Amino acid sequence: MDTSRPEPPLSELYQELILDHYRRPRNKGVLEHPTHSVALNNPLCGDEIDLQLQVEGGVITDLRFLGRGCSISQAAASMMTQVVKQRPLSDALALADRMSAMMHGDEGAAKDKALGDLRALAGVSKFPVRVKCALLPWNALKDAVKS
Amino acid sequence: MLDAARIRADFPLLQQQEHGHRIVYLDNAATTQKPQAVLDAIADYYHTTNANVHRGAYDLAIRATEAYEAARGRVARFVNAWAPEGVVFTRGTTEAINLVAGSYGRANVGPGDTVVVTAMDHHSNLVPWQILCQEKGASLRMVEITEDGRVDLSDYGRALERRPKVVAFPYVSNALGTVNPAAQLTRLAHAAGAAVLVDGAQSTPHLRVDVRDLDCDFYALSGHKMLGPMGSGALVAKPGLLDAMPPYHGGGEMISRVWDDHSTYNQLPHKFEAGTPNVEGAVGLAAAIDYLEGVGLDRIAEHEVTLARAAIEQLSQIEGVTVYGPRDHRAGVVSFTYGDIHPHDLATILDQDGVCIRAGHHCAQPLMRRLNVAATARASFYLYNDRDDVAALGASLVKAGALFGYVPA
Repeated sequence: MDTSRPEPPLSELYQELILDHYRRPRNKGVLEHPTHSVALNNPLCGDEIDLQLQVEGGVITDLRFLGRGCSISQAAASMMTQVVKQRPLSDALALADRMSAMMHGDEGAAKDKALGDLRALAGVSKFPVRVKCALLPWNALKDAVKS
Repeated sequence: MLDAARIRADFPLLQQQEHGHRIVYLDNAATTQKPQAVLDAIADYYHTTNANVHRGAYDLAIRATEAYEAARGRVARFVNAWAPEGVVFTRGTTEAINLVAGSYGRANVGPGDTVVVTAMDHHSNLVPWQILCQEKGASLRMVEITEDGRVDLSDYGRALERRPKVVAFPYVSNALGTVNPAAQLTRLAHAAGAAVLVDGAQSTPHLRVDVRDLDCDFYALSGHKMLGPMGSGALVAKPGLLDAMPPYHGGGEMISRVWDDHSTYNQLPHKFEAGTPNVEGAVGLAAAIDYLEGVGLDRIAEHEVTLARAAIEQLSQIEGVTVYGPRDHRAGVVSFTYGDIHPHDLATILDQDGVCIRAGHHCAQPLMRRLNVAATARASFYLYNDRDDVAALGASLVKAGALFGYVPA
């Protein structure tokens, strides 16, 4: 008897682009004087992210992150910093919703060019326990904006 | 080696497949699968014996009470307890340790006193003592470990110079597999005047335990890690100590006489078992002990050590893999990392081959900091695992290595 879910392809989860962001993260580091910052971790598996934003006139002019964790959480953070840089906060929050929709299997969101490299993470939606890894940096972004 | 294939036939869950593969269950330090005999004992209890214990005058209630108390006797014999009334049923190791910290600790630890734990303790043998020390203004002293993952005996000696009130340590480390010299650690702590609690969560399922031989004061164990049901477990203690301790939880069963403003308390062990107990858990745990003793604890221990050695040998052949913990004096737990592949990624990749391992900090964050890793992957073996499982682990790791570019696909 096999009660497990059908096997999703691992190659879809671990694409080269994801491993590239994991090993050569973009915007990794610290901002000298961030206007917003937040540290978030996933107590279940220990993924950590420390996100700092420079917001001027409602626009994210710069951002950096520090983090430790699995390839999915760290690649998602790197990709996120690329797509929200130089964007108004409202756009960034709308992208957070698109990302969440993609993680819950929304195929339209998975084709949305505004998500940039993040579209490589569409396969994560087939691995439910890993969805929280991909959303960790986005939850940090939402928390930072609220603070 | 045990005939693991024959043993597996007794475990219904291990007959099923995961993602089209034979299930290779290597997360036994987290919890174990249950043999049919345990499932039958629980079902049989509800089919034939269920009633509330220690209060009914009718035959059914008497039979339920007898089943519950027989289970207590079974646990007592299994670990050579001082007396059956020195076995308090709990939800598991965590509750047993909280009971000792909350009762013995509160009564005996005061401002300026010291409680000693080790850097390889599970959170369940650390956080209750942190809470106690914060409440009492006492200090918590964490004993360091050596580079190969043993208790640092010279640091242990320095900690004992503080004349601690309580010393707590694990018999077997859940994260590293280290088997600690529990009798020696106990002797040293007693010489310094401390009461000793041994966390037996990882030792009781895997090696022959004799608490009188250890001569500790308190010994905590979990049923679900030794083929028994979740929510079963026990605190095994010297009855004299238990007798002098204030109650932990208040409620029915633990009282003798109750007035408007105060009560007197029941005898041991009932004084520490407030409320309707988990009778099915106790009955299932007794059946698990029967099963384990039927196979033989010495044979189980030898089987696991053989598998752990084989796994370490296999993992060591994969370039980029680091194995943690001592080379000798270890149980069937193998903690490792593989290059920059995060343990969670490893666990996801291995899962696709039906290989279940644990990834994370193993509820031992202070230990992970000392190993300078955020997390490790952990394979832990039991009596139903065999060399094929070790081979499946190795093959699946090579696949992970290929996905991350460590080995040719």
